[in-house]
Amino acid sequence: MNVHALPLYATILIFLLAYAICIVQFPAMLSTRVIGNLLTDNAFLGIVAVGMTVVIISGGIDLSVGSVIAFSGVFIAVLLRDTGLHPAAVFALLLVVTTAFGAAMGGMIHVLAMPPFIVTLAGMFLARGAGYMLSIDSVPIDHPAYEAMQRAYYVMPGGGRLTLLGVVMLLSVGIGMIVLHRTRFGTNTYALGGGEATARLMGVAVGRTTMMVYAFSGFMAGLAGIAFSVYTSAGYPLATVGVELNAIAAVVIGGTLLAGGSGYMFGTLIGVLTMGLIQTYIVFDGSLSSWWTKIVIGALLLLFIMLQKGLLRLRVSA
Amino acid sequence: MTAARKLLRRIAPQLITLVAVILLVSLYYPDFYKVVLVNDRLVGIPIDVLKRCAPVALLAIGMTLVIATRGIDLSVGTVMAICGAAAAWSIDQGYGLWGALAIAGAAGLVCGVWNGILVAVLGIQPIVATLILMVAGRGIAQLITNGTILTFDSDAFSYLGSGTLIGVPVPTVIWILTGIAVGLLVRRTALGLLIEAIGVNLRASTLAGINSKVLLIAVYVASGLCAAMAGIIATADIRGADANNAGLWLELDAILAVVIGGNSPLGGRFSIVASLLGALIIQTINTGILLAGFPSEFNLVIKAVLVIVILVLQSPRLMLLQDPVHLPFLRKRAAPTPPAEVRK
Amino acid sequence: MLLSTRDLTKTFPGTKALDAVNFDLKAGEVHALLGENGAGKSTLVKCLTGAYRRDSGDILFDGRPVFPQSTLEAQAIGIGTVYQEVNLLPNLTVAENLTLGHQPRRFGMIRPRAMQALAEEMLQGYGIDIDVRRQLDSCSVAVQQIVAIARAVHLSGRVLILDEPTASLDAREVAMLFDVVRGLRDRGLGIIFISHFLDQVFEISDRLTVLRNGRHIATHPVADLDRMQLITAMLSHELQHTTSHRLQRSADTSGDAIRFTGVGRRGRIAPFDLTVRPGEVIGMAGLLRSGRTESAEVLFGAVSSDSGTVTDARGAVDLHNPRSAIAAGFGFAPEDRKTDGIVAELTVRENIILALQARQGWARPIRYAEQLRIADDYIARLDIRTPDAEKPVGLLSGGNQQKVILARWLATHPRFLILDEPTRGIDIGAHAEILRLIEEVVARGMSILVISSELDELVAVSHRVIVVRDRTHVAELTGADVDSDRILRAIADPHASAEVAA
Repeated sequence: MNVHALPLYATILIFLLAYAICIVQFPAMLSTRVIGNLLTDNAFLGIVAVGMTVVIISGGIDLSVGSVIAFSGVFIAVLLRDTGLHPAAVFALLLVVTTAFGAAMGGMIHVLAMPPFIVTLAGMFLARGAGYMLSIDSVPIDHPAYEAMQRAYYVMPGGGRLTLLGVVMLLSVGIGMIVLHRTRFGTNTYALGGGEATARLMGVAVGRTTMMVYAFSGFMAGLAGIAFSVYTSAGYPLATVGVELNAIAAVVIGGTLLAGGSGYMFGTLIGVLTMGLIQTYIVFDGSLSSWWTKIVIGALLLLFIMLQKGLLRLRVSA
Repeated sequence: MTAARKLLRRIAPQLITLVAVILLVSLYYPDFYKVVLVNDRLVGIPIDVLKRCAPVALLAIGMTLVIATRGIDLSVGTVMAICGAAAAWSIDQGYGLWGALAIAGAAGLVCGVWNGILVAVLGIQPIVATLILMVAGRGIAQLITNGTILTFDSDAFSYLGSGTLIGVPVPTVIWILTGIAVGLLVRRTALGLLIEAIGVNLRASTLAGINSKVLLIAVYVASGLCAAMAGIIATADIRGADANNAGLWLELDAILAVVIGGNSPLGGRFSIVASLLGALIIQTINTGILLAGFPSEFNLVIKAVLVIVILVLQSPRLMLLQDPVHLPFLRKRAAPTPPAEVRK
Repeated sequence: MLLSTRDLTKTFPGTKALDAVNFDLKAGEVHALLGENGAGKSTLVKCLTGAYRRDSGDILFDGRPVFPQSTLEAQAIGIGTVYQEVNLLPNLTVAENLTLGHQPRRFGMIRPRAMQALAEEMLQGYGIDIDVRRQLDSCSVAVQQIVAIARAVHLSGRVLILDEPTASLDAREVAMLFDVVRGLRDRGLGIIFISHFLDQVFEISDRLTVLRNGRHIATHPVADLDRMQLITAMLSHELQHTTSHRLQRSADTSGDAIRFTGVGRRGRIAPFDLTVRPGEVIGMAGLLRSGRTESAEVLFGAVSSDSGTVTDARGAVDLHNPRSAIAAGFGFAPEDRKTDGIVAELTVRENIILALQARQGWARPIRYAEQLRIADDYIARLDIRTPDAEKPVGLLSGGNQQKVILARWLATHPRFLILDEPTRGIDIGAHAEILRLIEEVVARGMSILVISSELDELVAVSHRVIVVRDRTHVAELTGADVDSDRILRAIADPHASAEVAA
C-alpha cells in the first residue's frame, strides 16, 4: 500500500466517523438537505482551498487569498453598480486581475528568493487595501443575473438543494484534480514540493512553475470571490478575514503535507466538508459554543501534522 | 563609542524612514508635534503613537528573537487573547492584580513552551507548528471568556492599560522598559550571539557546544511572555477581555515590524531596537493616515509597498549582484543540510 | 574517443581544482575515476555536465568541442549523470520520475496508461520487475539508482557518469547494479564510474584514471594494476623514501590518559578501544567512508556511542553530546567546514570565541575587550589573513576559515582535540603552519587525533597511526612501524595486519 495515501484514508475515515457520530446523535442530519447546505455554505472555501492545495503541494503558502476574495466581491459590486457591464464580463475581467496578481506574487517569490510567507503577506495587505480603495462600505449587488444564479438549483431526492454554488465548487475540485494529477504542470508542482534543486536538475522550469502555481491560486481566489458575492449578494472589503487560515486548515486536514510534495485534491474536498460538518454539528446541538469549532480544528491540525511527521520518520528509517 | 556608532549605522534606515513618515504626516497635520500637560498627563499625537504601538512593539520584541533563529511565531495574536482572557478571568474570580498577572504570565509561558517543544524537540517547521495554536488559541480564549467580552472592575489592573506614570502612559513605559530589558539581556549576556549563531548555522553551532534545543525553546517562551504582556495591556486598556478581537492579526504587524526593522526573515543577525522602530513606523503610518483624513484602510497598501521595497532591498539575489563573494554561503543557507542522523 | 578533455583547468579562489587535466573515455568501456576528497573528481564531473564553467581547455565529444552550460544541455549533447544522492524525486511515482518533462499527452492531459507503458519500456533490459505506479521512495535504493540510470540513458544515451552509485547499497544490490552497468557497456555506452570502494573498481572497470590535487596522475587498464599500486597513486606523494619522524616518539605514558573502551555505533563504526595520552598525536588513516570520520563523531559525542565506556583518571567521562564532550575538554574540527564548522555570517572574532562562550554559558559573557584580545591573539599566532577581527568569516578563504575553527578550539584549551582533514583544500603555506601548530600544542601536553588522507603528513606528525577499513579499526602502528608503506599495506590488504588490530 502507498504510505503517502494514508493521510487521505485517515481523512476519509475521520469524516465518515464524524458523520456517523452526528447521525447517531441527530438522525435528522442524515438528509440531502444537510449535504446540500454543506456544499453551498462552504462553496467559496472549497474553491479557494483547491488553489491552496496546489500552492501547498508546491512547497509554498498563499496568505493573500482571503483578501483577494474580499477584493473580488467589492470589485464586482462596484463595477456592476457603476458600469453597464454584464456580470459575465465583470467576472472575466476579475479573473484576469486576480490571476495576474497571483502570477506577480509567484514571480516575486522566485526572483527575490524570499519566503512565500512574507511575499504573500504583502499581497494580503495589498489586496485588502485595494478593496478598501474601491469602497469602504458594503456594496449591495442587485442584478437579475444574480437572482437567477441564486435560484439555480437542482432538488435532490429528499428535498436537499444542490445549488449552482455547490456545483461550481465540485467542478472546481474536479478541475483541480485534473490539473494536479493529469497535467505536466501538476507533476511539476509535486516535483517542486519534492525538492526544488532536484526538480531543476530534472529539467523543471522552476520559475515558470512557481508563477503558474500562484497564478492558479489567484484564479481560484477570484472564482471563490465570485461565489462569495453570489452567496451574500454584496461586496464588502472587510469580508472573509482569515479565510486563508481556514483554507490552509482544510488542506492539511485533507491529508496534504504542509511542507509540500505530497497530497491529493480529493482530500481537500473532504477536509472542507469535515470542517463544515463540525460547524453543522454545533448548530444542531445548540448548546455547544461555536469556539469548539476552532479548538477541534486545531486538534485535527495537530493530529495530521503529527501523522505526517510520523510517516516521514518511517520513510527515513526505512 | 564604536558600539554606539555601529548601532546608529544599523538603525539609520529605520530612523530615516521614521523621520520621513513624521515629516510627511506633519505636512498634512502641522499640530503633530504639539504635546501638552493636562491633569498631570502628557497629551498629544506623539504620546498617542507611543501608547498605541505598545502591543505590536511588545510582540515584535519576541518575534525578533524567534525570526533570528530562522523561525516564525504565528500564534502571538491568539496568545495575546488567551492571556488577556486569563487575566480578566482571574480578576473576576477575585485573585487580585498579582494573581491575574501571574496567571496571565503562566498562560503565555505554557503557550511558548508548547510552540518551542513542537519546533525544537519534534522538529516541526515553525510556521506549521505555530499555526496550530494560531487556529486553536482563539477558541481556547473564547472558552475562558465564555464567548462574551469578559469585563471586570479593577482600577489597579486597568492602570496597566490606561494609567500614566509621571505623565507617560503606562503601556509606553512597559514596552520601552521591556525593550531595554530584553535588549540588555541579549546583548550584555552571550544570548544574542548564541541565538544568531543557531539562526545562521544550527549544525555548526551545536557542534561548537551550544545547547540549541533549549535556546530554541527559550525564544518561543520569550515570544509567549511578550504576547502575555501585550494581552494584559490590551485587556487592561478596555477593562475587558475580548477573545474575538484581542490581538487579531497583530502577529502580522509584529512580523512586519521585524521585517521593516531590517531583520532578515532568513534568520541570523537581529536588532531589537530596529524592530521597535519598525513598530513605531507602522503606528505612525496608522495614526498619520487618520490625521491626514485618508480612510484608515489605506495604510494596508502603504504597508504592502513598504514590505515589497524592503524585500527587494534584502533579496539574496540582489546582494549577489552587488557582491559576488556572498554567493557561497548564501547558497549554503538556501539549502540546509539534513542532520547527521539522517545523512548516513 | 567518445569523450575527452584537453588541458581542462578550473580554479576556485585559493585553489586550483583542476590543473590541465587530460582524460579520455572510449565507447563501450567502464572507466573508473579515482582520488580522495578534493582530488578534483567532482569538479571534473561538474565541468563535463555543465554545472561548472571551465576556465580553459577543451571538452571534446565525438571529437567535436562542446560547451555544455547546464545539466540539461549536457544531457541533450549525450552526457547523462547519476549522483550518489539519487537525483530523482522521492515523492513521485517511478513512472513520473522516468517520464518527467516528456509525459505522453493528449489534448494537454497526461495519458496515465501511455505514461506507464513508456516507463515500462524505458526499464526494459534493466532486469528489474517493479510496478511503475509505485512511489519512488517505496523502492529500494538500488532500484532507485537503476531508475535514475534508465532515465539518464533514455535522455542522453551516449555517456553515463555514475557518481558514487554504490555508497548505500548492500552486496546483492551492488551485483544487481553492476549487471545493469555491464549491459550498458555492451550496448556501447561510455561509462565513467566514481567510487571509493576499490573492490568494486577492480570488479567493474576496464580502465581507471587517478586524480590527486587537481592533477591527472595516471591512467591504466585495470588489469595492469594491483591494489597497492592504486592506493599509492591515490594517497602517497613519494613512497620510495619514508618520511622521517620529526617528533620525539616518547609520549608521556604515565599521565592522565583518556580511555575509550568498546565505544562504537551500530551501522557507522564497529566498537573500538582507544587510549589517548597527554602530549600524544594519534594519526588515523583510511580511505574515505572507511569509518574514520564516524570514529571521530563517536569520540566527540556528535553521534552518541551505543556501547562501551570512557574513563580518565577522575572516573567516567560523559560523552552523550558535543556539549558534554566540550565540558570534558574535547574539541572537534569537522571535515566539512562550510556546513559543520563556520557560522558564515558571524565575524572572525565571534567564530573564534563561540565554543569558549558556549562552554561558559550564556550568563557569563566574555567581555568585548577580552574577545578582541583572544581573537587578535589567534589571528596573529595562526596568521589568519583577515583585515580585522570583525570581518564575516564566510568571506575568508578556505584555509583561513580552517584556521578560525582551529582557533575556536584552541581558545577553549582542550586536552584532546580531534582534527578531521585539517589540511584539506588549503594552500601549501597554511598547510605547513597547521602542522607546525600541531607540534606546538602537543609540546604543551595537549592530545591530538588527526584524520588525514595525506600519509606523509600523518607519518610526520603522529606518534602512532590507527588504520580504519570497512568501518572497523584494523591496525595500530607504533614506533618504528609508522611509515607510509606499512600504512598503505594495512589500508590495502584485506587480510594482513589483522593480528595487530586494536
